[in-house]
Amino acid sequence: MRFGAITALDDVSLKVDPGEIVAVVGPNGAGKTTLLSIISGLIKPSAGRLVPPVPEVGWAPQQQSLYKALTARENLELFAHLESVPDADAAVERMLEQTGLASRADERAGNLSGGNRQRVNVALALLGEPPLLALDEPTAALDPAQRERLWRFVAELAHGGTAVLFVSHNIGEVQRWATRVVVLDRGHKLFDGPVEELAAGGELEQGLLALLAGWEEAA
Amino acid sequence: MRWLLRKDLLILRRSRLLLALLVLYPVAIALLIGFAISRGPSKPHVAVVDETPPGQTVHLGGREVQVSSYAKGLLAGVTEIPAATRQQAQAAIESGRALAAVVIPADIVARIGSVNGPTGLEVLYNGNAIEQSIVRAQIEAAIAKANVEFSRQIQGAAAGASRELLEGGEHGPLGAPANMIGLNRIPSVLRENIKGLPAGRGRRELERVEAFATFAKQSISETGKVLSTIGQPLKIRTVLLHGRRTPLDTFAVAVAVAISLMFVCVLQAAGGLALEREENALERLLRGLVRARDVIAEKTILAAGCAFAVAFAMLAGISAFVPLEWSRVGQWILALAFGALAFGAVGTAIGALAREVRAATLLAFILTLPLALLALVPEGAVSGALNAVIAVLSFLFPFKAALEALDTAVNGASPALWVSLLHLAVLAAAFSVLAALGLRRAR
Repeated sequence: MRFGAITALDDVSLKVDPGEIVAVVGPNGAGKTTLLSIISGLIKPSAGRLVPPVPEVGWAPQQQSLYKALTARENLELFAHLESVPDADAAVERMLEQTGLASRADERAGNLSGGNRQRVNVALALLGEPPLLALDEPTAALDPAQRERLWRFVAELAHGGTAVLFVSHNIGEVQRWATRVVVLDRGHKLFDGPVEELAAGGELEQGLLALLAGWEEAA
Repeated sequence: MRWLLRKDLLILRRSRLLLALLVLYPVAIALLIGFAISRGPSKPHVAVVDETPPGQTVHLGGREVQVSSYAKGLLAGVTEIPAATRQQAQAAIESGRALAAVVIPADIVARIGSVNGPTGLEVLYNGNAIEQSIVRAQIEAAIAKANVEFSRQIQGAAAGASRELLEGGEHGPLGAPANMIGLNRIPSVLRENIKGLPAGRGRRELERVEAFATFAKQSISETGKVLSTIGQPLKIRTVLLHGRRTPLDTFAVAVAVAISLMFVCVLQAAGGLALEREENALERLLRGLVRARDVIAEKTILAAGCAFAVAFAMLAGISAFVPLEWSRVGQWILALAFGALAFGAVGTAIGALAREVRAATLLAFILTLPLALLALVPEGAVSGALNAVIAVLSFLFPFKAALEALDTAVNGASPALWVSLLHLAVLAAAFSVLAALGLRRAR
């Protein structure tokens, strides 16, 4: 992927299997956001292809993408109809149940807590039951309890067969919830494997820092 | 697009302040304009100090006119605040009871009768520049009217004197003696008497007198014609080249409706599109759910629909005060609809540039207000190059075209409504393209 003279991603390929939770990590400018933007269909890659196609990828951006003047239910109904989800009303009720928002469904999104708004944000991504869910810093604005609830929900989705790809700076969360980790730096893929493989002596952060330092020296 | 429209209507319904504004705005503006036009302008308060001695008169054309009655006529365009002295007049100005004071000097009669140039009235002003301008205009108009009246009286006196010289008679303005002969008769009387005289010096002298009398008679006859043009040397004759004359008050209605249409439409379309970005919803929508052109069309249609309703309600409300031709309602609808669509497209172009609603609103005000005011500058009122710049800007921004369409629709100002409608349609398309480019850049 190139932006003028800058190569944002250089020959990066990635495969996420159903049920996997794959974390993309790396320093700022590594190409994480570019990778997620390509997967979610926000930008077109200079080369390469995406399977499944964009409409089948559920996308939850870091900045919650919903209408604060509408209720949680109305937000879900709107996007269910725009996505032409079969039996939109049933899909909305199912998502409200799955995300635990049924009791707050008729509250305006602007009045919900940050955690509940993020749940609506993720629920919007899941309306069409996508085979791949792409999450950008999903817990960035949440308190610890809200984070825990959200990750349990995501883990349940993966357990149900959804492939999950997320970008995060929170290495603790990556170590706890990801099954696989992809490390990017300056557009290059440095590592793609199980979390345990990168975690030196059980500490993912140490392993990641060692990997980046080695890459820096080699460069 | 249906679901987007439904969503925006839902959001609009929940924005109670905006909704109240959309309902109250046309009502308030219609009432304001209606009262302003139907009641006419109020007269500015002016203190009048008449320093002339009571009962003083001016002799004009053999008539005696009281100075106080002239002063009353002179100040018919203002509300008079009585003031006995100059100090009282100044106090009235300083307290804000009067915007100006007119002082009629005590020696006005002597000055009128003298040959030392025009007689001066002293005017003291207060208030801001606009208030001063209004008072100055009222007083200058009144003085111009009084000058015409003076001129007419003087012309009448001069004409009477000329007539007396020509026709003779008695008790004329010049106070001629009884049974005085007029210039008209002198040449024929002389000719009759010259016939019986022998040739010689005496006859030649009388022939010269007869020639002079003939010349004087002709010259004084011409003087009467010249005097009739002195009072009002120039008169205006207006010729309308196209369409029909638009009364100022109904043109003001067209201006007010066009401005309201513009603000409601541009602000709502710009705010609506900017809201999509502020809520981070635009990226979600444009990743395959909706096409950019559908988003632009939806925002334009919604804003145009609201602005159309507001503007139509305004026209209906104003028609209670100002006679508007309801038989032209079909043309009103066309003008409002095309104008609203063009303004809506401008709004989406602004909304596509701004990242948030506040910025879009500010940008909409900053861009539209000066452009609308520029479109109201009459052609030729400014220098050539600036005039050309204003003409280009007015052509590229829909206000002037919308105003022309409304003026034609409401007042029948021009026979070719379709020209303005076509102009608006082209501008709507052009600004929609700009909005699409803006959205592409935003992504």
